[in-house]
Amino acid sequence: MQRTTMDLWVGLFVITGIAALMVLSLKVGNLNVYNPSQSYVITGNFENIGGLKVRAPVKSAGVVVGRVTDIQFSTQTYDAVVTMSMDSRYLFPKDTFASILTSGLLGEQYIGLAAGGDEAMLKAGDKIMKTNSAMVLEEMIGRFLFDKAAEDDSF
Amino acid sequence: MTPETLIEVKDLNFSYDTRAILKGIHMTMPRGKVIAIMGGSGSGKTTLLRLISGAIQPTSGYVKFAGQIVHELDRDALFKLRRKMGMLFQFGALFTDLSVFDNVAFQIREHTNLPESMIRDLVLMKLHAVGLRGAHHLMPAELSGGMARRVALARSIALDPTLIMYDEPFTGLDPISLSVIGNLIRRLTDALGMTSIVVTHDVQESLKIVDYVYFIADGVIAAQGTPSEVRDSVAPFVHQFVHGEEDGPVPFHYPAQAYQKDLNLEDTFA
Amino acid sequence: MLKHIVPGIQNVGHRVIESIWRLGRASRFFILVLLKSGTSLRRFNLVIRELYFTGVLSLIIIVVSGLFVGMVLGLQGYETLQKYGSESAVGTLVALSLVRELGPVVAALLFASRAGSAITAEIGLMKATEQLAAMGMMAVDPIARVVAPRFWAGVISMPFLAAMFSVMGVFGGYLVTVVFIGVDEGSYWSQMQSAVDFRFDILNGFIKSCFFGVAVTAIAVFEGYDAPPTAEGVSGATTRTVVTSSLAILGLDFILTAFMFRGVS
Repeated sequence: MQRTTMDLWVGLFVITGIAALMVLSLKVGNLNVYNPSQSYVITGNFENIGGLKVRAPVKSAGVVVGRVTDIQFSTQTYDAVVTMSMDSRYLFPKDTFASILTSGLLGEQYIGLAAGGDEAMLKAGDKIMKTNSAMVLEEMIGRFLFDKAAEDDSF
Repeated sequence: MTPETLIEVKDLNFSYDTRAILKGIHMTMPRGKVIAIMGGSGSGKTTLLRLISGAIQPTSGYVKFAGQIVHELDRDALFKLRRKMGMLFQFGALFTDLSVFDNVAFQIREHTNLPESMIRDLVLMKLHAVGLRGAHHLMPAELSGGMARRVALARSIALDPTLIMYDEPFTGLDPISLSVIGNLIRRLTDALGMTSIVVTHDVQESLKIVDYVYFIADGVIAAQGTPSEVRDSVAPFVHQFVHGEEDGPVPFHYPAQAYQKDLNLEDTFA
Repeated sequence: MLKHIVPGIQNVGHRVIESIWRLGRASRFFILVLLKSGTSLRRFNLVIRELYFTGVLSLIIIVVSGLFVGMVLGLQGYETLQKYGSESAVGTLVALSLVRELGPVVAALLFASRAGSAITAEIGLMKATEQLAAMGMMAVDPIARVVAPRFWAGVISMPFLAAMFSVMGVFGGYLVTVVFIGVDEGSYWSQMQSAVDFRFDILNGFIKSCFFGVAVTAIAVFEGYDAPPTAEGVSGATTRTVVTSSLAILGLDFILTAFMFRGVS
């Protein structure tokens, strides 16, 4: 009876299958990059978030230090409240500057953090006070045209 | 002393949609006998077997097996009943993905918790009874038609049933295999004290081995009797069937309009 | 005029009613298979045997096709992306296409034609040669003994096969773009890793392949069990398995994608 060789093959098949799933999760996906169990949450209010999306990275000096977990509209301040989950290895001063940036001309949008000089660090639940909105292409073009028109007028 | 009745068929009717297949069949089958059910193709013989095994429900009437009315049983009770029945299908119906040994062992493994060594002994005994102990390692594809039928026979007696039904056991066999199967049916029935129902249209072979014959035609029992009674019968249908005559109560021609009319001959000569 | 139209309409109506009948039968059969799965889960050896036939024997076609699909994706993606100077994003393109769509879908399509048709033909032939009836006569339920193990083996092997397809595809893309063309290896992997999310991409792809596995094997076992017990009947059922399950895969894929990715990005 060749039952044993068959069992062996099926065992190998299952192991390969599980290995493939592991490779997908760890090597292809980012399961290892970001572990939500060791993190703290901070928020920031932005006048305009442009195309920022949930799950967008939070970077400082180009290194991913956290992720956007939630975006809400506040009816008290009439602006966007962005919740970020930060890697607990990285702490930032209280006067850190958060701005919404774009990677490349057409790339995804992310939050860039520029550390300030304050002694006190941001704690879980704190709010970043200094924020800079996303640059919206239409506004930039509009401003450019307006400036151009003003220049033309001066002649 | 009359032997006790194993199967009683009473006033059995069965129809597909509106087409009546069986019309008021009465039969009694005593224990320990070989009973043949004969009839032309499409006369409802196989349907009768399916009714006895509970695979289909009768339109009216009943089949009583060992005192139980078959079609009134629920699924579990029916499956329990079927363990007492064996069935040999027309071409054996061996499981093509299992070896001869595993085919015969199938039912023992499914229904008992016997240790493998005992299963081995049982299987080899059953295979020995049909003369194929040496072929236990072959696959069904490697067997001839007659051998496959014998393996199937060994498989159906694996759990020592009280009844075995044979659906056309002689179809497509050479004369030697034919008499081997015929003799096996007789011998096993006597040796194991079973009852056998043989559905067949092979008259000469089956008359040699059976105790009683029922003829079914157009859904009713056309004639019945012991083999010698049947051979000497003067009833036109039985005579035609037993002697294989071309024309008789069962006509050669399918009902049609007049031959000349079909060929448009009338107009030409008119 | 009316003489030609009326039979046509009748024919269409007849077909519609017929397919509703079949759908009903198929659903009832599916529930029966689930109810009678106890035996195959208790005697797991039966499923392991079928895993060999559906899973292990499908491995080669899955691995080879996955490799080639990944290589083609890498090549095409590179050609297009380098026009915009973003050829380093080719890893993202390959991985996302595979993990989200092509892995589950193409693996399921291959699985339907490799294993699904084999299941249908096997069950159909067992029916045609009265093996199923013989089993029933031996007081063994053919649905529990023959159909359910094949069903579960298919359901189990499908996600594994889809995952292997995706991994081979990512590797194929790597081979073409990094090894042959010379895209930077670090950016191939890092761009991929930053764009592919575990929950939204990999888990959803996994869930998709589970759904496809259920759909394909359910169709395959039903067509086999429902096949007319003749040579033409079995061959027709085999064809229907491939056609129906391919359509089911693509239809299901649309529905599942709409559910999973809408509102996320």
